[in-house]
Amino acid sequence: MSRARFEVLGKPRRRVDGRAKVTGQTRFADDVFLPRMLHARLLRSPLPHAVIESIDTARAEKHPGVHLVLTGKDFPVTFGILPVSQDEYPLAPERVRYVGDPVAAVIARDEQTAFEALDLIEVKYRPLETIATPEEALASPEPRIHDYGEQGNIHRLQAFEFGDVSEALARSEHVFEDLFFYEGNTHLPIEQHASVAAVDGEGKLTLWSSTQVPHYIHRALAKALQIPASHVRVIACPNGGGFGGKCDLHNHEIVVSRAALRLGRPVKICLNREEVFYMHRGRHPVLMKMRTGVTQDGRLTGMHVQTLLDGGGYGGYGAASTLYTGALQTVTYELPRYKFDACRVFTNKPPCGPKRGHGTPQPRFGQEVQLDKIAERLGMDPAEFRLRNVVKPDSLTANWLKVGSIGLAECIRRVVEGSGWKRKFRKLPEGRGVGIACSSYLCGAGLPIYFNKLPQSGVQLLLDRSGQVTVFCGATEIGQGSDDVLAAIVAEVLGIDAYEVRCVTGDTALTPVDLGSYSSRVTVMMGHAAIQAAERVRVQLAEAAAEQLGVVPDRLVFSQGRVFLAEDPGKGMTFREAVNFAEEKFGTIGAVGSYKPPRSPGRYKGAGVGPSPAYSYTACVAEVEVDPATGWIAVPEIWVAHDIGRTINPVLARGQVEGSVYMGLGEALMEEQVFRRLPPKLSGALVHKIPSLLEYKSPTSLDMPVVHTELVEDPDPNCPFGAKEVGQGPLLPVMPALANAIYDAVGVRIDELPITPDKVLRALEKKAKGKAARVGPESFPAVPYPEPVVVPPPSEGGDGNAVKGERPRPKRLEGMAAS
Amino acid sequence: MSARPRRLAAPRRNAHLALRVNGEQLETSFAPYKTLLEVLREDLGLTGTKHGCELGECGACAVLVDGEPQLSCLVLAVQCGGRSVETVEGLARGNELHPLQATFADLGAAQCGYCTPGILMTAKALLEKEPAASRERIAEAISGNLCRCTGYQQIFEAIEEAARLMREAPR
Repeated sequence: MSRARFEVLGKPRRRVDGRAKVTGQTRFADDVFLPRMLHARLLRSPLPHAVIESIDTARAEKHPGVHLVLTGKDFPVTFGILPVSQDEYPLAPERVRYVGDPVAAVIARDEQTAFEALDLIEVKYRPLETIATPEEALASPEPRIHDYGEQGNIHRLQAFEFGDVSEALARSEHVFEDLFFYEGNTHLPIEQHASVAAVDGEGKLTLWSSTQVPHYIHRALAKALQIPASHVRVIACPNGGGFGGKCDLHNHEIVVSRAALRLGRPVKICLNREEVFYMHRGRHPVLMKMRTGVTQDGRLTGMHVQTLLDGGGYGGYGAASTLYTGALQTVTYELPRYKFDACRVFTNKPPCGPKRGHGTPQPRFGQEVQLDKIAERLGMDPAEFRLRNVVKPDSLTANWLKVGSIGLAECIRRVVEGSGWKRKFRKLPEGRGVGIACSSYLCGAGLPIYFNKLPQSGVQLLLDRSGQVTVFCGATEIGQGSDDVLAAIVAEVLGIDAYEVRCVTGDTALTPVDLGSYSSRVTVMMGHAAIQAAERVRVQLAEAAAEQLGVVPDRLVFSQGRVFLAEDPGKGMTFREAVNFAEEKFGTIGAVGSYKPPRSPGRYKGAGVGPSPAYSYTACVAEVEVDPATGWIAVPEIWVAHDIGRTINPVLARGQVEGSVYMGLGEALMEEQVFRRLPPKLSGALVHKIPSLLEYKSPTSLDMPVVHTELVEDPDPNCPFGAKEVGQGPLLPVMPALANAIYDAVGVRIDELPITPDKVLRALEKKAKGKAARVGPESFPAVPYPEPVVVPPPSEGGDGNAVKGERPRPKRLEGMAAS
Repeated sequence: MSARPRRLAAPRRNAHLALRVNGEQLETSFAPYKTLLEVLREDLGLTGTKHGCELGECGACAVLVDGEPQLSCLVLAVQCGGRSVETVEGLARGNELHPLQATFADLGAAQCGYCTPGILMTAKALLEKEPAASRERIAEAISGNLCRCTGYQQIFEAIEEAARLMREAPR
């Protein structure tokens, strides 16, 4: 649907849920208090890898105020968010795989009593050898952390080749090979995960939870509890920040559900901050090797990317994360041939998973820093170099991704101009520098996480004679403003004020399925469904109103709460009157709408990760000041231009860009989820180095640069009103732009994140001694990547199918028959 | 939600306390080890005050005690007898939002809204002392309040705009 003028879209507005957020009325999961509610706490493993020899809960059960103690034997079935990774237990029955793995739960009258009873549970562990790093995982096939996967401690291996990359590199005038490392980091939502489970009057389960994906939780929870999904209701409370950390089904959600069903009373749990660090599911540490060929005039000829992911103790979303480390290198710059090998290993650390940008920020960092090196070698301006290679609109990439609109060139021009790039780059005094980087992200993953051909978003509208418009959708408000997008789109179509639309969202008993707030999918998918539902209602209203006015429905305009004749605005009625006439004519007024993304042209196994209805694009220039005496990095200003397609609410869009810059700054300069070994006399265990908000360094209000945000509007025909995503894409270029700026400032390459002052100093010392002025990984271990799946790229006559190398899928670990 | 170290409690008796919350005189009875944060949320039903760590690290639980910003997770409720406590629920006058609330909602300073109550209270205390606080002072004042969504810029702008409104039309 296109329109010349908009009444709601594009105007800065208070978000529809803004008032609740500033009055403290937004009800987060831990704000749910129910009569007769009990409280749960989890006992977590103090060892990173051990066999559980026995658990004695007798004393805990007798502790006054304790209602129930649960252990692994109460949960016979494994679970996992992906069908291919059913490798977790709600409470570990016989094996723990990281410090923090839950082994028992106490449900008591209050938290204090539950805490006390945890101390009364006796667990006998037999420690096992601990796998701390990917290198150790590759070198130590035994002990196996899981008895499934590729081999030893390798969880996933993937290899794809789109055209003969070796041949392309051999005939390139320059070939660049670089190693990069991106340390793991965590989401750090300020809201700790909380859940409340209760049994309703019909004996059915309701779970209120801090989750981004109520539909997936609904499905996985029913399976884990072995009860019909129709007897489970999941209510996603507004999330106090998600960033990907509330996308898994979590142990505690299953535990309180089981306990509520067992006790017939509501049971609540809220994790403490330390536990949130243990639960993690954050950014994978990734080691990368990138080989890229270029011609003398600055054209890319081919690229070979190898990645090694440290997965932690369980699968989670890891199979998808692995593929994402290779999926999106092709959508920004023209790359005729592309090869990609990936490996994810298990280690005895909290499981990694999706964090803002899911699997793509790591290779994007490497790619954009390498491009900076290439441009320098070729004597080209890195902005010009990128402009020269930008992918053409409406094209197919080497790995068969369909690119529609692409506003990247305009984004580059905007940040170059806004930042004064041409008078700064390589021209600022020593210690100051600028760097540029670009990126792209999905506007929704093309496929759901379990195979089905159903819509990925559904919207239902209900109108009544009061003129009230209620919209129902499974989409989940995690702070990004999905309720506001929903209300705005419905309001735009119906010609009413956004605040006249009541949103009911994220409740599997009341709202049509939407797959959830991940992969930046909500605006596009929910938006399409909302337009369809609202247009269907409008047809009914127009027909009834036209009949009353004695005109043809096509001539009616819906605007400012009225329905009237285009050529004679005086001839019309209020929106409420139109609803009444429609209800009189058609009966109760409502409609549904739904959306499923177009099928991707890639046909090979593995082609499911990467496709999207559209891609957003971002360019970023960062300016830094590096103190050569201390290595301290200050960031005074950052310029970001983001290709958003169409802006729905500029206040929120700008907030997403600035929030992305903030999070990128943290990942670039300070945030790391790291572990250390205790000395042998203290068990030698592998423990989290910094499981607290004080020690896990994140930027504060004092660290933020001035951020200049530009939204580039180039409406995409595949998107609702042309609107693309803005929640994740703008994070991606920030880290490499900063790394490139640091090089411009002091001439050292820090090829690993975070870039801390000690690394800068080390590189400066090397530079002073005449050595390579670089700090970063020095070697890449031998990984048994398989023979690649060979898929000819579109430019070489392929049809999207593999021509060789497809192998049977690795053995799945299925908890029970798929539901 | 507690991060309290485990300990075996002796048989306990509730503490009784009278305190003034948002101008209202209240009496309450609660387990004596409870923090002000827990009593506000669990015993007084004032769930607008949030928690992100219960160790004094995130600022989400900031409330005003006798006008001063305090981390309610680090204050024992029994220390608050006879004192005046202000929470986010007390900011609006009836249905009329406090200027800080209005500008936070209008200018994008609340995304997920979880850190918002703590920042609102901290900002209120700042503006009462420094009605024309500079951006640097604002950044300093809220540097103990972590926000993971906004990148702080829209928060700065909302506080500045509220300060302007309050100077023009004092409440």
